[in-house]
Amino acid sequence: MSSLVIHDLHVSIGDKPIVKGLSLTVNSGEVHAIMGPNGTGKSTLAKVIAGHPDYTVTGGDVLLDGRSVLEQEADERARAGLFLAFQYPSEIPGVSIANFLRAAVQARLPEGEEIDASAYYKRLYAKMDLLKIDRKFTSRSVNEGFSGGEKKRCEILQMAMLEPKMAVMDETDSGLDIDALRIVSEGVNALRGPGLGVLMITHYQRLLSYIVPDFVHVMYDGRIVKSGDKSLALELETRGYDWVKQELAALPA
Amino acid sequence: MKSLIDSGTAATVENPVAGIDQTKGDFTYDVAYEFDAGTGLSARTVDYISSVKKEADWIRAFRHQALQVFQSKPMPTHWATRDLENIDFDRIRYYLASGQKPKRTWDEVPEDIKRTFERLGIPEQERKFLAGVEAQFDSEAAYSNIKEIVAKQGVIFVNSTEGLREHPELFRRWFGKVIPTGDNKFSALNSAVFSGGSFIYVPPGVKVAQPLQAYFRINAENFGQFERTLIIADEGSEVTYMEGCTAPKFSTATLHSAVVELVALKGAKIQYITVQNWANNVFNLVTKRGLAHEEAEIKWIDCNIGSRLTMKYPGVVLKGRKARGEVISIALANDGQHQDTGAKMIHAADETTSNVVSKSISVGQGRATYRGQVHIPKRLRGCKNNTECDALLINTNSRTDTYPAITVRGERNSVQHEASVSKVSEDMIFYMQQRGLTEGQAMSLAVNGFINDLARQFPMEYSVELKRLIDLEMEGSVG
Repeated sequence: MSSLVIHDLHVSIGDKPIVKGLSLTVNSGEVHAIMGPNGTGKSTLAKVIAGHPDYTVTGGDVLLDGRSVLEQEADERARAGLFLAFQYPSEIPGVSIANFLRAAVQARLPEGEEIDASAYYKRLYAKMDLLKIDRKFTSRSVNEGFSGGEKKRCEILQMAMLEPKMAVMDETDSGLDIDALRIVSEGVNALRGPGLGVLMITHYQRLLSYIVPDFVHVMYDGRIVKSGDKSLALELETRGYDWVKQELAALPA
Repeated sequence: MKSLIDSGTAATVENPVAGIDQTKGDFTYDVAYEFDAGTGLSARTVDYISSVKKEADWIRAFRHQALQVFQSKPMPTHWATRDLENIDFDRIRYYLASGQKPKRTWDEVPEDIKRTFERLGIPEQERKFLAGVEAQFDSEAAYSNIKEIVAKQGVIFVNSTEGLREHPELFRRWFGKVIPTGDNKFSALNSAVFSGGSFIYVPPGVKVAQPLQAYFRINAENFGQFERTLIIADEGSEVTYMEGCTAPKFSTATLHSAVVELVALKGAKIQYITVQNWANNVFNLVTKRGLAHEEAEIKWIDCNIGSRLTMKYPGVVLKGRKARGEVISIALANDGQHQDTGAKMIHAADETTSNVVSKSISVGQGRATYRGQVHIPKRLRGCKNNTECDALLINTNSRTDTYPAITVRGERNSVQHEASVSKVSEDMIFYMQQRGLTEGQAMSLAVNGFINDLARQFPMEYSVELKRLIDLEMEGSVG
């Protein structure tokens, strides 16, 4: 049983505060969705959890299984079980998906231990079958010349192979047409289970009809302002974010 | 960072094959030299070398004339780096050898030399995948052998000293014809004091299935290595030659100045592969050129890692109709290193084609320079050249320069030139780190990806070695 605990987190880029006191707990087996209008700090939150060097944490903490990750480099956090599915995954020219994942799996082995190549490929092909990904896919260079849908499938495949404890999915639905969205969502649903906690960040409700969350949070101006179950997402769909803003404005300061 | 100077006992020679890395070559054993031309260069040095080798009069005269050319030619400082001025020709030792005749079995090689090559893994590689090996230690080959099955086909693979002695007519016919003495100051120097290097002749129609390999090892301090290689592929024959080079890390500069001449007769194919990993105080100033006759093909695959300064521009003179020339080069310049490399394609017949693909990586304050020359005169028709040079910069203070010189006259020929400079972006590194790779591993992977399409053209054993060399070079590049 794992947990990702975000406690009163404050984050700035330069002098500008972006995240202003955000708290949230994700346990294994749970799928949480964070929704909110653009510019409210959702993607910043994703990158900070993963350890992007451009952001400064000015207060609060992020804990994986009770241990603060803030002093850890991005790669240490990854090896500890944190995975970020990127909104805009980078291209790595000349490095095949199979070789990239092999290096990532190798990086998780104890020093001096070599990866068992045949066992690795067996596992890779099993995951590809599970996600209905063509065998030829993994000989292509990582994300190079990929369509939006292919990039996101590549992220899901990496997630399947690296078997994280906690996955943060940043705008996984962005840039996808309805068919691609269905395929990617089926992939995520196939990976759902008691060993994985998911934090999904999305602008639109439509993703949540494919990946049904256990909890929905609304983020606004660097904070979570409302939490509920999946019905909250539907309410947002019909009433829009203005409804949340008005509700906030009505509260006594 | 990795200064492992080994005083050298037999006990330290362990698992030579696994030890393929940057520090692999950084060790030295004491060796008793039987022949030593002393320090500095004069007509007496040339006489000493010629006498020791018991050379014919014509070659002695050739050396003396070359010495004069060397002494009269200025350094190419108007375009080249001024670092050349730091070479002190009076402090260099021009000839050091333990014996005059290479051994045919490793058992006969003197123990103090054999252990060097064992540690470098040469006998092991020979058993595994080579048709023949020559192992040069300072000025002369200590070992030279060709597999019987290849020798029976009439293939000659000896060092240049033996080539001169045992095959004088064949040798003399092509020697100095592709690269004349006066081609440049360093080809003149080599012509004056050359020793070692390979002489290869492949008879008509013979296709040598496995590569022939030479390994050039500098062992002595303040030493200059001047091997001379001549490869003749007769009509319709095919041969692949590979060379590897290392030297220990001395506190003073070492000079390596080779001349390599290739002759591919009608329809012949020569592939020449270099993976050099010189210590970073070696001046590596090498002239390499091939002459491709009708429908012949010459391909240089050149990989430059290490050295203080490398200046090397492999070329092909496309002399016969439909001849093809290719240069594939990879250069990695780390802190304190300058890789000044490129290619020359001289079209001299109709329907000749040439292809140049160059990839360079600059790390830290390393500097990579590409110089390319493509020449297609007006009278020719149907000639094609394609040149691609890509540079990858790792750090913000890394440097790359490209100087293409393309002369194409007439309207019946086609030329294509593409150049690109890219940087390993922070986003790319973060992406890889998020998958669990350290920053150093991420850099290595990015660099290996950059050269991947070229590295695939290397034989397996060499591409594995190349990848490991790059991993080691990249280790210290971050932070």
